[in-house]
Amino acid sequence: MAAPLTLVLILSVTIRAVLFRSSLAELISERVEVVSPLNAWKRVVEGLALLDLGVSPYSGDVFHETPLVIYLFHFVVDYAEIVFMIVDGITAVALYLAVQNYNKNVFRKQKYALEADRYPHDCLELMRSPKEMHYIPLKVAMFYLLNPFTILSCVAKSTCGLNNAVMALFILSTLKGSALLSAIFLALATYQSIYPLTLFAPGLLFLLQRLYIPVNPCRSRFWFFTVQYSVMFIGSLLVIVCLSFFLLGSWDFIPSVYGFILSVPDLTPNIGLFWYFFAEMFEHFRFFFICVFQINVFFYTIPLSVKLKEHPVFLIFMQIAIISIFKSYPTVGDIALYMAFLPVWSHLYRFLRNIFLVSCVLLACTALFPVLWHLWIYAGSANSNFYYAITLLFNVGQILLVSDYFYAYLRREHHLSQGLYLRRKDGSEATLVLK
Amino acid sequence: MGLLSDPNRRKAITTARILILNMILVLHGDSVVCYLAGIAWFMGLAFEPFTLRTYMSENAMGSTMVEERFPSGERALATAREFAAHKKKVGGMPVDWLVKTMRAQGLEVFTQSFSRNLPFPDESKERFVVRGTNVYGILRAPRAPRTEALVLSAPCSPGNSNNQAVGLLLGLAQYFRSQIYWAKDIIFLVNEHDLIGVQAWLEGYHHTNITGMGYTPLQGRAGSIQAALSLELNSDVVTSLDLVLEGLNGQLPNLDLANLFHAFCQKLGILCTIQGKLQRSDWDTVEGYTHSAQTMLLMVLKQASGRPWGEHGLFLRYHIEAASIRGVNSFRQYKTDATSIGRLFEGMVRKLNNLLERLHQSYFFYLMPSLTRFVSIGYYMPAFGLLTTILLLRALDLWVHLGTPTPVTEDGVGEGESPSSPGLLSVLTPVVISHLTGVALYTLPVLSQEMAVEHFPVSETEAVVLTAIAIYTAGLALPHNTHRLISGEGTEQGWRVLKLVALLYLAVLLGCTALINFSLGFILAVTLVPAAACVTPHVPKALSAVAMVLLSPGCTILYCVFLFQELQEVPVSLAEGWMLFLSVISQGILDHALYGSLVYPLLALLVYPCWLLFWNILFWK
Repeated sequence: MAAPLTLVLILSVTIRAVLFRSSLAELISERVEVVSPLNAWKRVVEGLALLDLGVSPYSGDVFHETPLVIYLFHFVVDYAEIVFMIVDGITAVALYLAVQNYNKNVFRKQKYALEADRYPHDCLELMRSPKEMHYIPLKVAMFYLLNPFTILSCVAKSTCGLNNAVMALFILSTLKGSALLSAIFLALATYQSIYPLTLFAPGLLFLLQRLYIPVNPCRSRFWFFTVQYSVMFIGSLLVIVCLSFFLLGSWDFIPSVYGFILSVPDLTPNIGLFWYFFAEMFEHFRFFFICVFQINVFFYTIPLSVKLKEHPVFLIFMQIAIISIFKSYPTVGDIALYMAFLPVWSHLYRFLRNIFLVSCVLLACTALFPVLWHLWIYAGSANSNFYYAITLLFNVGQILLVSDYFYAYLRREHHLSQGLYLRRKDGSEATLVLK
Repeated sequence: MGLLSDPNRRKAITTARILILNMILVLHGDSVVCYLAGIAWFMGLAFEPFTLRTYMSENAMGSTMVEERFPSGERALATAREFAAHKKKVGGMPVDWLVKTMRAQGLEVFTQSFSRNLPFPDESKERFVVRGTNVYGILRAPRAPRTEALVLSAPCSPGNSNNQAVGLLLGLAQYFRSQIYWAKDIIFLVNEHDLIGVQAWLEGYHHTNITGMGYTPLQGRAGSIQAALSLELNSDVVTSLDLVLEGLNGQLPNLDLANLFHAFCQKLGILCTIQGKLQRSDWDTVEGYTHSAQTMLLMVLKQASGRPWGEHGLFLRYHIEAASIRGVNSFRQYKTDATSIGRLFEGMVRKLNNLLERLHQSYFFYLMPSLTRFVSIGYYMPAFGLLTTILLLRALDLWVHLGTPTPVTEDGVGEGESPSSPGLLSVLTPVVISHLTGVALYTLPVLSQEMAVEHFPVSETEAVVLTAIAIYTAGLALPHNTHRLISGEGTEQGWRVLKLVALLYLAVLLGCTALINFSLGFILAVTLVPAAACVTPHVPKALSAVAMVLLSPGCTILYCVFLFQELQEVPVSLAEGWMLFLSVISQGILDHALYGSLVYPLLALLVYPCWLLFWNILFWK
């Protein structure tokens, strides 16, 4: 399996290298869909210039990267293109290994359950065969590396690729069962963009499950491990933040990075839901709605964790998707990360109901973004409402996609416990209702 | 969970879907209905009761009164004659004379020289390297901080034409100089070599270089340009004025500019036309309807060509509202003297001078069946929507076929396992090869002209056009067996997947095109949609192949050429039409190279490959 993965890696690096050399690179790095004020390469260069001049990079309102990123690029700025390609490669390999591991576990569990005769008899066709599962990790790597969204993001040198790599490493270390590494990478991801904080719940749930600790508030072992994981997480977060402080010698980065993410002062159009809403709003409602919008991102963690506590990996997927839809400065690179997981759920295909509609919507919106941007900004004949309408549609499409997968997952689980062909008490055919 | 997961609503949707499917499967007629409805809707747009009356939306231009007092039409014509004499003497643009004259009138005068190598010679004007000079004078606004400007331009055309426009421009400059109410700088631009000169001047003014033009930087500039008017007069006697709106890539200026022109023509009693057609009042007769339909179709064809139809066309790209006004001598009884035309311009410029912000109140997306009537985007988009619906219905139909070979149970669970999906490669190969053909069609004609000229007895222009046609034709032979190279026999599933991809591709492509340039999108949809909807490998090959070729993008251009000539009331014979077709292609390629018109790359890189996919399906084995 290593050979095809290498091939995919080589192919994707070639595509990126060609695009880096072409005249398109400059155009792509200006697109608002691909870069946000948080991760634009132009701003990193600006921050580096300020740093070289001995000025705090956070003076002024241009630079919003974390200190670690700027020190990373302080050393490798001349090899930035290679770094971004390598980072994408790391993400893909990490996802590959993680999914391979996950599939192995899934298959093992299914085997035990079959041996224990725990499934209803008409569910045999829902069973997953090693043959179909064999290529899934490769497909995941392909979905990530050859996804146009990832390629665009990489060619624009958006630091979103770095965040994705950290999250992929978090997923890998969690699935491998290493609590310490998992906590460290989670802390790094949180440090980079706050929102991955919501991945704490699935990470914890997975590790608990792996150690056969039931999620039960009355048990001391549960609390012991939870505290242990939290301490590791908070500890590494503190270490990283303090490290940043010592590198920079000031706390400037806290308001400039996290304040910037949370209070959304930059309303440059992007593919998210924030900019138009807050551009239109009266100033004295702003604080209230900022709170509402930001709580919205974090809130889904609670119901989803309760519902999916047996399926932490699916929960990770859901959380990443929710973050990339509702975060304050989303770019297409964020979407690429959760889309890479779609092949993992290919066995849910038969339960998906709106996939055709949703993929048409996403496809059409992707094509319409640049068109409406052109009409608005260059031709001057359309206005921001046109662009925002497409943004809204795009996000509705994503939400439908995610909720469709969620429904399909729950439904399959239900069938696995209740049998595939459900009957009502009177013997007629029953249908499932999700309310 | 709302609409899509509640079983009752789901049932309703499913029922609707089954209904639609039945219509597709059983009747096979709803596509025809949709298509006819789309065409009928579109033709109905020219019927007066279905259109809206134009009205002035811009407050600053509507209620303010201006008086036109321009007195010196005769003197302007005398200046024009002087200009003509100097032009003849110099054998080109009399730069020194223009600079002297403008300076004498108290303008700040500057010149800009430019040069441009054409990729291949322009057939109609026989030029290969273009060198020229633009002269422009700035009248500084006495009453404002000079942050905004208006442009009045007149081309200095070769030969004897358009001298009157330059004369009138100079006359207006002199008159405007003595007025005190200007709040915006006014730039009087006399440019050489028509559009190339304007392009050089605009690029110089905005510090851009998008087309590889060589020019000297501008020495003087005014504020940001709010609006531009371009004047073309070809004779001392003018019977009517024609308004030209269609710009580069089908962009139109704000409708208020057209309203402004019409309002002043009414006020001064000047005959005004659009597309060279007068307004008729008998909309309820057949002739009246035909007349407005012709006017609208002419606008659609001009817009679809993506070519700038006057100097104003290039201003639009820089977010400057602009229109060309063309004096026509159509040998009618009615005559308009230069004084009236001067007053018309004075009035328009004064109203534009009153603007507080850029023109933006009125419509940007519209079609005009006459000068007083317009069709806005909300009215014409359904016509296009009906045509695209066919593609989406077909795609849905194919999706259902692909997903569930066995009947669908109530909420979407298929019974039995899904059939083995065709290899990715069998779909990817035709897609890639079609696009490579498209890239060849885009790049090779210009690249290979030297070689073609060496080996064949043709001129450069002919070489380019004929290479393009040759590649276009060769493309038909090339890709239709390609998928078998890799994946062996094509399967029944294979062509369905390919067709699904191609249908969605075409729908998105046409949708995006129609948003930027409605006319182009609609014309392409009219010819491409029937071919795309009907094609399968199981129809009679020869007949369908002929139909497909007749409905291909290349033939669409040919029909448009004939239709355009017919509508302009200068019908051509087949041979002449063919020659026109060739020149249209060379002009399209030149427009792309010179001004960045997008029609040629769109057709070569996207529409043609997409059509090839359908061609591929026809020959699927």
